[in-house]
Amino acid sequence: MNDASTILEINNLKTYFYTDKGVVPAVDDISIKVKKGQIIGIVGESGCGKSMTSLSIMQLIAPPGKIAGGEILFQNKNLVGISKAEMRSLRGNELSMIFQEPMTSLNPVYPVGKQVAETLLLHNKHMKKAEAKQKVIEMFKMVGIPEPEERYRVFPHQLSGGLRQRVMIAMALICRSKLLIADEPTTALDVTIEAQILKLMKNLQEEIDTSIIMITHNLGIVAEMCDYVYVMYAGKIMEQADVYELFDHPKHPYTEGLLKSIPRSNVQQNKEKGLYSIKGMVPNMLNLPKGCRFHPRCIYAEDACREVEPDLVDVGEGHLVRCIKYKN
Amino acid sequence: MGHYIIRRLVISIPVTFGIALITFILLNVIPGDPVALMMKDHISADVVARVRAQMQLDDPAYIRFFRFIWNALHGDFGVSYKLNRSVSSLLMDAFPNTLILAISGALVSWIIGIPAGVLSAVKKRSFLDNSIMGFSLLGVSIPVFWAGLLFQYIFAFWLGILPVSGFDGPEYLIMPAIVLGWSSAGTISRLTRSSLLEVMRNDYIRTARAKGNLELKVVINHALKNAMLPVVTVMALQVAGLLSGAVITETVFGIPGIGRIAVNAIQNRDMPLLQGAVMFTTVLVILGNLVADVLYSLLDPRIKYD
Amino acid sequence: MNIAKNMLFKKEIIEPSDELVKETFWQDVFKSLRKDRMAMAGGTIIALFILVAIFAPYLAPYNPYEVSLDLQFQKPSMEYWLGTDMFGRDVLSRIIYGSRISLLIGIVPSLITMLIGIIFGIIAGYFGRKTDFIIMTVSDMVLSFPSLLLAMVVMYTLGASLLNIFIALSIVGWAGTARVVRAQTLSLKNKEFVESARAIGVKPSIIMIRHILPNCIPQLLVLFTLEIPGSILSEASLSFLGVGAQPPASSWGLMVSNGKEFLFNAPWVAISPGIAILVIVLAFNFLGDGLRDALDPYLKQ
Repeated sequence: MNDASTILEINNLKTYFYTDKGVVPAVDDISIKVKKGQIIGIVGESGCGKSMTSLSIMQLIAPPGKIAGGEILFQNKNLVGISKAEMRSLRGNELSMIFQEPMTSLNPVYPVGKQVAETLLLHNKHMKKAEAKQKVIEMFKMVGIPEPEERYRVFPHQLSGGLRQRVMIAMALICRSKLLIADEPTTALDVTIEAQILKLMKNLQEEIDTSIIMITHNLGIVAEMCDYVYVMYAGKIMEQADVYELFDHPKHPYTEGLLKSIPRSNVQQNKEKGLYSIKGMVPNMLNLPKGCRFHPRCIYAEDACREVEPDLVDVGEGHLVRCIKYKN
Repeated sequence: MGHYIIRRLVISIPVTFGIALITFILLNVIPGDPVALMMKDHISADVVARVRAQMQLDDPAYIRFFRFIWNALHGDFGVSYKLNRSVSSLLMDAFPNTLILAISGALVSWIIGIPAGVLSAVKKRSFLDNSIMGFSLLGVSIPVFWAGLLFQYIFAFWLGILPVSGFDGPEYLIMPAIVLGWSSAGTISRLTRSSLLEVMRNDYIRTARAKGNLELKVVINHALKNAMLPVVTVMALQVAGLLSGAVITETVFGIPGIGRIAVNAIQNRDMPLLQGAVMFTTVLVILGNLVADVLYSLLDPRIKYD
Repeated sequence: MNIAKNMLFKKEIIEPSDELVKETFWQDVFKSLRKDRMAMAGGTIIALFILVAIFAPYLAPYNPYEVSLDLQFQKPSMEYWLGTDMFGRDVLSRIIYGSRISLLIGIVPSLITMLIGIIFGIIAGYFGRKTDFIIMTVSDMVLSFPSLLLAMVVMYTLGASLLNIFIALSIVGWAGTARVVRAQTLSLKNKEFVESARAIGVKPSIIMIRHILPNCIPQLLVLFTLEIPGSILSEASLSFLGVGAQPPASSWGLMVSNGKEFLFNAPWVAISPGIAILVIVLAFNFLGDGLRDALDPYLKQ
């Protein structure tokens, strides 16, 4: 299992929220593996626990949330229960993250360059400020920020959403992280900017040789960027497979539904068939349905689905699926 | 930046004018003759008429108002009925005392209030937080005059370590400043706490943590500056509150400041003096608001000056 | 029997639906308020004070106005729990009667303040432009006065009496409420439900009363609860300075003021009414705070 090419291995992670109204299993026993240089995708609807998975890796779960079990092995070191100081030395350095909202993820009262330089200075105690500034400007160039010297001094509100996300990427990669977690990095952006940012991330990934966990609800992004995909639903992984395998042979009804709900660029087809949507809503995490948690929305649901929670079953070639239809 | 200050100053002019108008109306619609009131009952009608004429009280109200404005612009607020001295010289004598008191009161409130609020927010829902918030509420709820008397009883009478009242040296300032600052400290610590907690929920705080910052640095470097923005706004409102408090504090501790002038003017029905004191304090409040606005724009880069 | 059983069973198998709102607004608020110990303590103290105010004649051991110079400055004892003042009047009885003034002063000007503030605030926010500018400029001016000084000026002009304290505190207090209501109105004005009401031709006055005002209630409730202690403190301060309640009224502020001359000889005269003010103001502040916390989800919407 622990071959050198594995950068992150999550085993049976459980992140629970202990609220007044009950325990919410936001991340419910999931296992994920990321190899060096790989881009993996985690897909699902909002509230399925994909963001909580990323915050768990970063050890940034705030109370009442808590990691209730499992391990997160980053370069063979378990991050669960690691000392705060050790975790801090990893964050922003070897392990970094880009957030969904570039608009609000930058501190409004400091110039952006300073905010990027801060990461550098935090992890390189002996670096001079001038040197850090130089490096930030270089990084700004690398992420395609025009006029990087001038942009170093501007405040976040003076930048467009696309440029702010580039700043966030610069901040995440300035220390040449081994693993970058991108949590819906382009959701808040225009489609054209989205494409630019994704291309940039892919290029940087090759250049810096970092691994990426791409968290998204957009299967188009997954198809474009990822090598391997996990489909999450209500805190659990429903299906995982190589990206080609998943798109060509989706096995789980949920994955099938997700793939069917992608609007096609063929207008004629869209008009004729109408847009497909998965009926119903994400279940209340305080009161999960018995049996398979997807069954109330599943078009194939049968009596057995209401009774037993199926296991994640290997159906060959690294393709795993959690559905009663598939057995070992 | 300079433009911004000038523009803010220009906006303050009509506000000041309006305040002068409100003050004038409030003080000049008294039913009954101010002169008769001033001189009590045993004065002949003849004398009253002569004094009225001397004070030009028989002119129509609007003429008196513009005369008041005109004279005020020249720093002339008339002559005190009771003390027979120019109101402006009385105010200028008293002003430094009020200023010293208000500034030390403000300092006390910040020095206690801001760290207490930060501590409270960082240790949210702990015993410490609950105690600090309990004390803050106590500070807000305590009647200032009563706190003053309590302090006098404990520190001047019982322990005998501080002078009861008067204003002859720094030791005379200690009790009034604490009494005055105490209630503002409650407001400031509560606001700092809630503002900081609000800011800590922001995405950029998560970013700061994701960089590998120490939690303490996240609070001090990333959250505090943002959290202080609403606190600065309240500091502006605090000027008015401090001056209100100064009225009471000066009365309790016998400090010859503007507040005590106002109280005495009311007791002696000394209208010009009261009018001058009110106008003077209100202009101070407006200036305080201006300073706070400028401070705010210095802290928040999103505010544009042009 | 069987049918009944079936019905019971049916009830149990109802699927967990998307309906999360099971409680009404007030039930929800009251439920979270009940968990807040400080707020409940505040509420209890307020209830006690109201009872004391109502039943003052039955509770007071002595006549609060009866002067007897032989009984001057009696120390607190079994006979006179809180001692007597410079006229030999029983301090406890005067405090008990004083609760009437304080509660009246707490509630009446706060109500007037709220009413004026709501009217001006909604009008300013809803109509905007010139109306807004004028109302907000005047409220800015009022807020530029140190509130106590403005109240003092009004008292100077109108003369010291209970009714005039109501007027003075209302003149001073409305501006703050107006600001809050205006801000709320501004944010509601462009919400879909208001726009759709306007689109189908509902009159502005109806929109303001039916659609905007109800949405301000959580804020107003908190504001009202916190306005009361403010009024009580203001009255106490005015009376302390001699421009509020007049002797022989048993206003707490006035009692402290009268007692201050004899602070070092007979501290109980000035100290105990101060404690009464502190306790009732603290109680209202605790309740107001608890209410704010309980209403928090509604305030943020």
